[in-house]
Amino acid sequence: MTSTTTTPRSATTAVALSGVTKVYGRGSSAVLALDGVSLDVAPGEFVCLVGASGCGKSTLLNLVAGLDRVSGGQITLAGDVNPGLMFQEPALFPWLTVDANVEVPLKLRRLPRAQRRERVAELLRTVHLGDFGRKRPHELSGGMRQRVALARTLALDTPVLLMDEPFGALDAMTRDILHDELERIWSERQLSVLFVTHNVREAARLADRIILLSSRPGRIIYSTEVTIPRPRRIDSPEVAAIAAEVTERLRTEVGRHGQ
Amino acid sequence: MASDTLTSSARTDAEITGLDALEIAGRDKDVSRGTRLWAATWPKLAALAIAIAAWQLVVLSGWKPPYSLPGPLEVGRELMAQAQSPQLWDGLVTTLRRAALGYVFSVAVGLLLGLAVARSTVLRAAIGSMITALQTMPSIAWFPLAILLFELSEKAIFFVVVLGAAPSIANGVISGVDYVPPLLLRAGRNLGARGLNLYRYVIAPAALPAIVAGLKQGWAFSWRSLMAGELLVVGISQTSLGAQLTYSRELSDAPWLLSTMIVILVVGLVVDAAFGAADKAIRRRWGVLDQAGQ
Repeated sequence: MTSTTTTPRSATTAVALSGVTKVYGRGSSAVLALDGVSLDVAPGEFVCLVGASGCGKSTLLNLVAGLDRVSGGQITLAGDVNPGLMFQEPALFPWLTVDANVEVPLKLRRLPRAQRRERVAELLRTVHLGDFGRKRPHELSGGMRQRVALARTLALDTPVLLMDEPFGALDAMTRDILHDELERIWSERQLSVLFVTHNVREAARLADRIILLSSRPGRIIYSTEVTIPRPRRIDSPEVAAIAAEVTERLRTEVGRHGQ
Repeated sequence: MASDTLTSSARTDAEITGLDALEIAGRDKDVSRGTRLWAATWPKLAALAIAIAAWQLVVLSGWKPPYSLPGPLEVGRELMAQAQSPQLWDGLVTTLRRAALGYVFSVAVGLLLGLAVARSTVLRAAIGSMITALQTMPSIAWFPLAILLFELSEKAIFFVVVLGAAPSIANGVISGVDYVPPLLLRAGRNLGARGLNLYRYVIAPAALPAIVAGLKQGWAFSWRSLMAGELLVVGISQTSLGAQLTYSRELSDAPWLLSTMIVILVVGLVVDAAFGAADKAIRRRWGVLDQAGQ
């Protein structure tokens, strides 16, 4: 779709993966985790990666985050940005207060103190934790900790967010609310999101596009646009219909491994 | 549509605040400081009273003559008398100066060594197990060599104190660095902490509890080594606590001997309590302290 325009690739692609391959180990014990994964995430697009165990979802995010090296292929981030990465666990620093946790990336970017304080307050308000800056992570609930982690990731001021099953450990009620939160922040800040989940409904609730990865090795086997207007509800029939379709494909894929 | 979005976001706000309030309700259990202090103190006082009573009972039973095992009252009187004479304080100062010197040097050696071994796989393979071996060596077994090398001098004591304490401290650092949760490392790197910054922002604070445990153990070893040294290396300074123990035994002055032992015990307890407080403060910050506050 960009072949006729002169705009540079970066204007239409926030994250570009072309033929990404990842092999762990070498020789006879080598494991092919990802096999030729090509995928473009447009600026402001919300992409959900869905797959059964062993499809290399987390590997893929690590590669995009630059925490691991590709064995083949290429990953390009528009403007060479450093993407923010969130995990299933909040991974907050337990020795720091909520304020100080959010401040870490700002300190590392050498922002002046006054500016840091302002930014921390603003980010915590964004995730509705304005009054909890002085608390320590262990004093908060799981959902609140995950919101602190989101604020800390947003402090990177990066347009690309990588999320590795960030709500997987939360109860359904909290997860629902965090879906609303994430959707709001994503659209306000026009983020590009690559969101890994094994929860198909969650994918249908959040994504502009759902991509299904096969297991061992991870390959893209199916991709579908989700055009349900937002705001969506996870229990709406439209979301359920998309989820059912993706689940069907996922089951076929899982069944293939049982033979 | 716009108003619809607005109300839905206002509703979300209310839901979030409500959920947060529900989830962290009842987590703050406020116990007054006095109550907590008393709860921590009375068992110790009771144990002390029982120990003194048992001591008195043994004395009353006539198991040993009073000139070799005096009762708590007599030792208490001796301790009061000692506290008013400069001898005890001079001894205490000499001993504590040696302890501080030896310990500070051990900390420096232990931290550097531990960091070096934790960072380098070659060093770890080379001397990692040797550090543990050193730790198991009873410090008193070093004294003959130390005396051969440095004669009966402060240096011999210093040598043994450092050999006793540094390996524990190094081991604390190594295990602290080894057990930094990989997830925190990944998070730190993603937030932009690389190289030295990763140490400053993630590894050092994450390893702190294990490092403090190593420092505490190092202190225990250095204090023991020091006492052993002062008992053996007598004559260079008449007043150190260890020397006083030796002299009081030679003079068969049992009350003096026991009151000196009490002073040594108290010093050990006070320093241990300081480490305990540091450890507790860290665990409270980390949120790994028991709800009961123990």
